[in-house]
Amino acid sequence: MCASAKYNTRGPALIPRMKTKHRIYYITLFSIVLLGLIATGMFQFWPHSIESSSDWTVEKRSVHDVPVVKLPADSPIPERGDLSCRMHTCFDVYRCGFNPKNKIKVYIYSLKKYVDEYGTLVSNTISREYNELLTAISDSEFYTDDVNRACLFVPSIDVLNQNALRIKETAQALAQLSRWDRGTNHLLFNMLPGGPPDYNTALDVPRDRALLAGGGFSTWTYRQGYDVSIPVYSPLSGEVDLPERGPGPRRYFILSSQMALHPEYRLELEALQAENGDSVLVLDKCTNLSDGVPAVRKRCYKNQVFDYPQVLQESTFCVVLRGARLGQAVLSDVLQAGCVPVIIADSYILPFSEVLDWKRASVVIPEEKMPEMYSILQSIPQRQIEEMQRQARWFWEAYFRSMKAIALATLQIINDRIYPYAAISYEEWNDPPAVKWSSVSNPLFLPLIPPQSQGFTAVVLTYDRVESLFRVITEVSKVPSLSKLLVVWNNQNKNPPEDSLWPKIRVPLKVVRTAENKLSNRFFPYDEIETEAVLAIDDDIIMLTSDELQFGYEVWREFPDRLVGYPGRLHLWDHEMNKWKYESEWTNEVSMVLTGAAFYHKYFNYLYTYKMPGDIKNWVDAHMNCEDIAMNFLVANVTGKSVIKVTPRKKFKCPECTAIDGLSLDQTHMVESY
Amino acid sequence: MQTRKKYIFLTFLASWLLLFFFGGDQLRRFAFFSGRKAEARRSWPRWTDRSLLKSFAEPEELQRDGDPSLLSPRERRVAWLSGSRGSRCRMETCFDLSRCERHGFKVFTYPQERGQPVSETYSKILSSIERSRYHTLKPEEACLFILSIDTLDRDHLSGHYVRDVGEKIRGFPLWNGGRNHLIFNLYSGTWPGYTGDLGFDSGQAMLAKASFDTSSFRPGFDISIPLFPREHPQRGGDGGWLRHDSLPPKKKYLLVFKGKRYLTGIGSGTRNALHHIHNGKDIISLTTCKHGKDWEKHKDTRCDKDNVDYERFDYQELLHNSTFCIVPRGRRLGSFRFLEALQAACIPVLLSDGWELPFAEAIDWGKAAVVGSERLLLQIPSALRCIPPERVLAFQQQTQFLWDAYFSSVDKIVHTTLEIIKDRLSPHRSRSRFLWNALPGGLLVLPDFSTHLGDFPFYHLRLGYSPSEKFTAFIRAASQAGSLSQPILRLIQAVSGSQHCAKIVVLWSCEKPPPPSWKWPQSSVPLSVIQGRRGLSDRFFPFGAIQTDAVLSLDEDTNLSTSEVDFAFSVWRSFPERIVGFPTRSHFWDPEQGRWGCTSKWTNELSMVLTAAAFYHRYYHSLFTEYLPAGLRELVDGLAACEDILMNVLVAAVTKLPPIKVTQRKQHKEGVAQQAGCGDGAAGTPQPGQRSPRRFSQRQDCLNQLADWFGYMPLVSSQLRLDPVLFKDQVSVLRKRYPSLERP
Repeated sequence: MCASAKYNTRGPALIPRMKTKHRIYYITLFSIVLLGLIATGMFQFWPHSIESSSDWTVEKRSVHDVPVVKLPADSPIPERGDLSCRMHTCFDVYRCGFNPKNKIKVYIYSLKKYVDEYGTLVSNTISREYNELLTAISDSEFYTDDVNRACLFVPSIDVLNQNALRIKETAQALAQLSRWDRGTNHLLFNMLPGGPPDYNTALDVPRDRALLAGGGFSTWTYRQGYDVSIPVYSPLSGEVDLPERGPGPRRYFILSSQMALHPEYRLELEALQAENGDSVLVLDKCTNLSDGVPAVRKRCYKNQVFDYPQVLQESTFCVVLRGARLGQAVLSDVLQAGCVPVIIADSYILPFSEVLDWKRASVVIPEEKMPEMYSILQSIPQRQIEEMQRQARWFWEAYFRSMKAIALATLQIINDRIYPYAAISYEEWNDPPAVKWSSVSNPLFLPLIPPQSQGFTAVVLTYDRVESLFRVITEVSKVPSLSKLLVVWNNQNKNPPEDSLWPKIRVPLKVVRTAENKLSNRFFPYDEIETEAVLAIDDDIIMLTSDELQFGYEVWREFPDRLVGYPGRLHLWDHEMNKWKYESEWTNEVSMVLTGAAFYHKYFNYLYTYKMPGDIKNWVDAHMNCEDIAMNFLVANVTGKSVIKVTPRKKFKCPECTAIDGLSLDQTHMVESY
Repeated sequence: MQTRKKYIFLTFLASWLLLFFFGGDQLRRFAFFSGRKAEARRSWPRWTDRSLLKSFAEPEELQRDGDPSLLSPRERRVAWLSGSRGSRCRMETCFDLSRCERHGFKVFTYPQERGQPVSETYSKILSSIERSRYHTLKPEEACLFILSIDTLDRDHLSGHYVRDVGEKIRGFPLWNGGRNHLIFNLYSGTWPGYTGDLGFDSGQAMLAKASFDTSSFRPGFDISIPLFPREHPQRGGDGGWLRHDSLPPKKKYLLVFKGKRYLTGIGSGTRNALHHIHNGKDIISLTTCKHGKDWEKHKDTRCDKDNVDYERFDYQELLHNSTFCIVPRGRRLGSFRFLEALQAACIPVLLSDGWELPFAEAIDWGKAAVVGSERLLLQIPSALRCIPPERVLAFQQQTQFLWDAYFSSVDKIVHTTLEIIKDRLSPHRSRSRFLWNALPGGLLVLPDFSTHLGDFPFYHLRLGYSPSEKFTAFIRAASQAGSLSQPILRLIQAVSGSQHCAKIVVLWSCEKPPPPSWKWPQSSVPLSVIQGRRGLSDRFFPFGAIQTDAVLSLDEDTNLSTSEVDFAFSVWRSFPERIVGFPTRSHFWDPEQGRWGCTSKWTNELSMVLTAAAFYHRYYHSLFTEYLPAGLRELVDGLAACEDILMNVLVAAVTKLPPIKVTQRKQHKEGVAQQAGCGDGAAGTPQPGQRSPRRFSQRQDCLNQLADWFGYMPLVSSQLRLDPVLFKDQVSVLRKRYPSLERP
């Protein structure tokens, strides 16, 4: 500030002969420019607090430029993993806190290069997959850059493959992380655990209390409810694009594609092949490939050469046997091909088994029963096989496809443990989109027949037809099971009649005045409705007798999740306001009942008001129409069940009859229809 | 002037350029977009050379997977089997699967020894096993063994504690180190530690234990069972308390607790804190210090006031009127409170860290309970308030389903335990998690029938299937004539006229052999004849000939038209889990005689549909033959009656819903004979002598025996009948789909 003032004063001396207005003009301009320059200079040479934050986002850097950390030989080593760890003993939930989004916060340590005393690298800095994984976490909702707000810490030390690690030094590197604290709330990702000769089923790096997301856990090393079992990622799935293949019979029934099988297993598989002929195919590695052909992409049977993983799509079932390790990358390839994995690996904890229902996508066979494999698989119904094929592919797409998918599923599982009341449901984890789309989960799924004593609440929507309204009230009040009558007064310009003018009835009568003349007001879940059953009735429906209404209520009690209504032709009292047209009134199918007189559960009022998809509610309000169609669609959409039409009294002596349509309106999706 | 201007402009230009060159970058971010910058976070860097990074493992390495391990798989399994100590037991190491192969899953209970005290609860468990269809009397057939020694209470301070169990067990010749044994336990350990110690070496035996701790639980091997009281009913059991789905699903209180506050010792940490969330309005958390002998010694300042408050509320009343109930750990991890809350539809809020929840291998507790953390007690109220109402409603319904499916009686608890073990033996023929957690529950769904969910009648809507569009007509012929009577010919005619009929199967239950094939009427629908036994229960045998989902069960003298069949079938497709049929009966409680009765009088209600003319799902044949105990089928065969009642009771027990009556042409089956009693339109031998009073009372007896076996009366009444939409409407007959229904 001081500097610029000085320049200002000197301005006139530089350009003495200018006109005053020009002078002022130039002076202002100059000072702005100078101010700008000075400000720039200040930013440029300001101490690094501002500078350093920018280099993260903007500056392009190489992995090789990261800072180097030297690990002294005597730096501390964490304790070995504690097998008794559970969320309530080893995890610090206080770090996660209560938050309205119910999301944990995950912090990622910045990348460092670790060298030992002699300057030799401890491990490869970072692998492509681990980098993808960290990028995915960083881009997700879980990520935080504030180490103090974090609930879960992910080291940037890559331990995906134990073979590439120096165990002691990696452990030392972990121990010197700034928030290590015995590994509390730290999450390590490992896919290839153990090493020769005994191949432990969990990462050998001492890690104290850290959580382990590992591929290839056995029931002895897996700490249920603490560790997360993840798949072994197959890099092939990124390279090869296998288009989804429709479910159905395929050329081979059983296929084995693994190269490194124990000879004993191979013998058993070959015995199967000998017994069942061409439907079983046991592939092996190719011995006489020409140069330049990657061995990993080919498989051979005798002299036949097959492309891998494409060949997996030719088989209904694909064997996934344990090798030296329990977790096998081939599982991912098999799922991608939509082949049903036959998992033969005793004690193996399947990937994401905490949330995924593997029985719907795979067949698990005990190793001992391997010789019976063919007959076991033969006994599976064809329709189920098709579903498993679809399910297998869906698991791959949702949870195996990329490191991102693996990372997010892992974090979600941990998140669900910490906020169990906001956890993702079984259906969301396991139902493939096709099932999610075509299925319904009825919100009133418990088969309850509500007690008759509860009665129902009649809701009458009215505008100004007082005379007819009073007749309706008088009629309805004769129904034995009526417990309350609610009049929704939808006319803002006119007050409802005085209390003394209303008909005297035996049940409480409440008048609700609405703020706006909307049709949706009829379906608002008013607190005054204390019963489950709601009778929506127009103020012009006077021809229904009390017996008919009572019977309608009894029918509703037996089908509380359905709309129970009367035929449309009852709606003929006054059509001035409404321009509905029901052309084919006399058809053999009913898919809708008019809400001019219908019983339904109060729950649907709640759904209509708060959960209706899209803009349907607004459309209905704007057009003053179709609210009954919207309601019918809503009910059919969430329950998948048709309506029930109650027969009104007629010429024949059977008032106690109901009618059901031949076809139900199930699975009509609103989005589709509008 | 001009030059000066030029200079000035040049200076300008130069300075602006300079400005952008040096500071543009910063200016852009700090000055103009400062708001956004503040939020922008430091994310994981996009490395310039990220595409050059190496993969974590070469494809070669992944596919080769180390060197094939030196140890052969067979040797490894042998080593597992011999070397596994108790705490590392798993099914594949401590359980001898080969014992279960020859005779299937059979359970043997050790015979009772004289002079050996067995508690009431344990004898209930034993009798549940004996009632199970897996029970066997021959130890050599058995796959699973159950001790006759009462091991439920292993608290040596308790009166039921049995001494020297270890020695006795080792004396049993069948013990075999505990292999293939299942040990039930409700209480283990004692004051002050309450560890899971049983006081004897259970070896390689599986434990079915209450209050299981996750750290001592052997996953996939042990089973956590709920703690249940001594009075828990043997079978049947009370229903849940949820009578209707109210919305909003709120009750008077949000959250309640009433119980002891431990002043010292294990579990006191949680119980001591519970009073903090009490707000006197919608959260009621009451504690009393009174417990044990010397509570006054440890008494603190709160105690007196708390004890007074405690008496002001009734526990049962709180259970009825609260949406959520706190279920904290006691001295042990589980408590009676858990089942009480479950039954009351009071959603359990579990504060019991490290508790392996009951049957967690099968049950998805996240759908029925809030699994809280003892450490986060104070967050519970706000977390509960955030749960949306539709989810609360779903929670409430799920508690009721679980209670009724797995917990309401000792039978259910024990049978669930056995089914879980059975599922482990053949993983490829077992229930998926979905099946355990959806109505009607795992006990009523037999994986031996099919592993495909679409083959069951329960999951169509949930999984987006629809029932098959064809049905199989199944006619039972039992007339003594030995030739084809007129009614059966007419019936075959009518049924084969339906476009939905895939096949007609005749069950020939006469002594004389069936007529040769050329005597049967020719029709477009294939017809096959099965030679049956005499027994009535035979008609519900799962014959391989029935391949469609729907079965139309008929007697030979049933009189139906094609329209009726078509309409009933279309109704059945909307209700595949129920029986849909024509003639009906209803049951009633006879207070004078204190027993159930049934009637076929024209009443306003119905609760049974005669299987002489009814559609139902073929799965019920399997359930009838495999799920029901042989005793009930023998009862039916012995009485030569009542099989339709049994079928109706079974379906009602599964669905908890009444059957469905559809409309029928007026003129037939109006016989006066049927109005007499609970006529048996199904028995198939329409001789007048059969309808004697003795027979009538047999049917009443049978109903009562069934109610006794189930432990309650499963039948549900309905008041309605379904008609086609235009039935009796005044429109042209030509427009109606089922015109012949109305013809006189």
